[in-house]
Amino acid sequence: MEATERTTYGILAQFDGPDKLIEAAAKMRDKGFKQWDVHSPYPIHGMDGAMGEERSRLGLMVAAMALLGGLGILYFTYWTSAVDYRFIISGKPYFSYIAYIPIFFAVCVLLSAFTAVFGMLGLVNSKFHHPVFYSDNFAKVTDDGFFVSVLAEDPSFDKVQTKTFLEEIGGTNVEYLEGDD
Amino acid sequence: MQFDRSTYRISDAGTGIRNWLLIAGVGLIASAAGAFVDPKQFFFSYLTAFAFWCTLALGGLIFVILHHLFGSTWSVVIRRMSETTMRTMPLFAVLVIPILIGIPWLYHWADPSYVAGDYALPKKAGYLNVPFFVIRTVFYFAVWVTLSILLYRASLKQDESYTRENAKYMRTLSAPAAILYAVTITLASFDWLMSLDAHWFSTIYGLWFFSGAVTAFFAYTTTNVVFLFRHNILKEDLTPEHFHDIGKLLFAFMIFWAYMALSQFLLIWYANFPKETVFYLARWSGSWRALTLSIPIIGFAVPFVILIMRITKRNLNLLAGMAWLLLGMHYVDLYWNIMPNLHTETVVVSWMDVATMLFIGALFRWYYLRLFTQHAVVPVNDPKLGASFSFVNQ
Repeated sequence: MEATERTTYGILAQFDGPDKLIEAAAKMRDKGFKQWDVHSPYPIHGMDGAMGEERSRLGLMVAAMALLGGLGILYFTYWTSAVDYRFIISGKPYFSYIAYIPIFFAVCVLLSAFTAVFGMLGLVNSKFHHPVFYSDNFAKVTDDGFFVSVLAEDPSFDKVQTKTFLEEIGGTNVEYLEGDD
Repeated sequence: MQFDRSTYRISDAGTGIRNWLLIAGVGLIASAAGAFVDPKQFFFSYLTAFAFWCTLALGGLIFVILHHLFGSTWSVVIRRMSETTMRTMPLFAVLVIPILIGIPWLYHWADPSYVAGDYALPKKAGYLNVPFFVIRTVFYFAVWVTLSILLYRASLKQDESYTRENAKYMRTLSAPAAILYAVTITLASFDWLMSLDAHWFSTIYGLWFFSGAVTAFFAYTTTNVVFLFRHNILKEDLTPEHFHDIGKLLFAFMIFWAYMALSQFLLIWYANFPKETVFYLARWSGSWRALTLSIPIIGFAVPFVILIMRITKRNLNLLAGMAWLLLGMHYVDLYWNIMPNLHTETVVVSWMDVATMLFIGALFRWYYLRLFTQHAVVPVNDPKLGASFSFVNQ
């Protein structure tokens, strides 16, 4: 089999514990990288700030969808029982909005949950594969490994300089993420 | 008020606290005058005021119990504040006496001739009679006072030196305490408030009372933080992260309270049994209707929209505004439950409502502040205190 030119998709560097990872993340942020991420066995408090993450828009999306769903179901219950198929139930008015409060609430919760899950999947730019899986060392991330990965798509990515930078900020086992798929 | 940050103690409490006694004295004289002018109005006003302030202490008790049971970190900084609120319980054990004296004016089931001519009350007389009512109320306070004194004493012992046994004792005590609390607060709400109309019943009434109590407690805690900041106490230590959590709990318990109140209303509205609907029909007549509508709107809908936003919970002034609103609505809620039994046609605001609120409120505040300024304002030897100071919401 003929050896082919392997593409470099990014660089992976390992760090020594959560505190070092936070420091490294802050330096990465200050350097102005865009297409990069940190990987750790568990969530680290303060990482969002160190990475310079902005507040998620998910809350607003959930609130808007909950309101929309609630108003929608309120209209629907009104239409079914007061317009389309009028029916007197236990002597109450056709449009007995009090009876619809549980439905209103349930639909608000339902749409909130859907928006939270699918909105999150949309916002995090999820993918089925990530270049970090080319690294064998990366398996440690589920045990005791703390990593920073930079993707080659990053505008300030440079194969040599980025590698040097990662070593400067304390990264060990710095390796190129290469594959031939 | 002088605060010493190295020991977390108030080195000079000042003389301002004594002024509360003065206000309480004025309230007492006015209330006493009211008791002679119109005893029925006085006892109803007194019951409302008593229920309002006593629920703050009850909210404090359950928060301390839950704090120990869950071993939470962020709330260590407000633990002493909550414990002090809880420790005001002996005051209410004394202040409940006028209610026991006022039984003949407050509760129609205490009138033998009325009960004899009634279709249902003779069957309830085994529970609703004066001696048993007094015994139960004494029992509730025996439980609450004992729990609050034991928990508070153990906490002060921790200030001297930390031992694992003591920390474990507080946690072990909290588990049965939670069960006792649930039973006693439910029965207390049945006895003191629901039996005002002994024909009417609602099994969720205890939860309504409890959820209102805890909401009011978190609102009170928020106003206390404002008070501390005004006196430069814990100003470097309490951060928006702590306001955020107090705000979250205030928000959550306000929703819980609304949920309980709605659950009670919805089932009664749906079933439409006259024996149950009397409660809401009585509150739908005359100017009571406006008060009835104000509770879900001003007490729930408006604070819901404002408190759901992150910025409200992290801004102390905004949060305190909501806290004062919810404290006010807690009073309106209790008033709305109690007063229609006296003024059946329309809302009648009496000067005795103000007098009794002043009396109990000022006495409560004096007791609280005197206790609070005597000891460290945070549990100084709690191993989680440092983590609580530097706590950050994710």
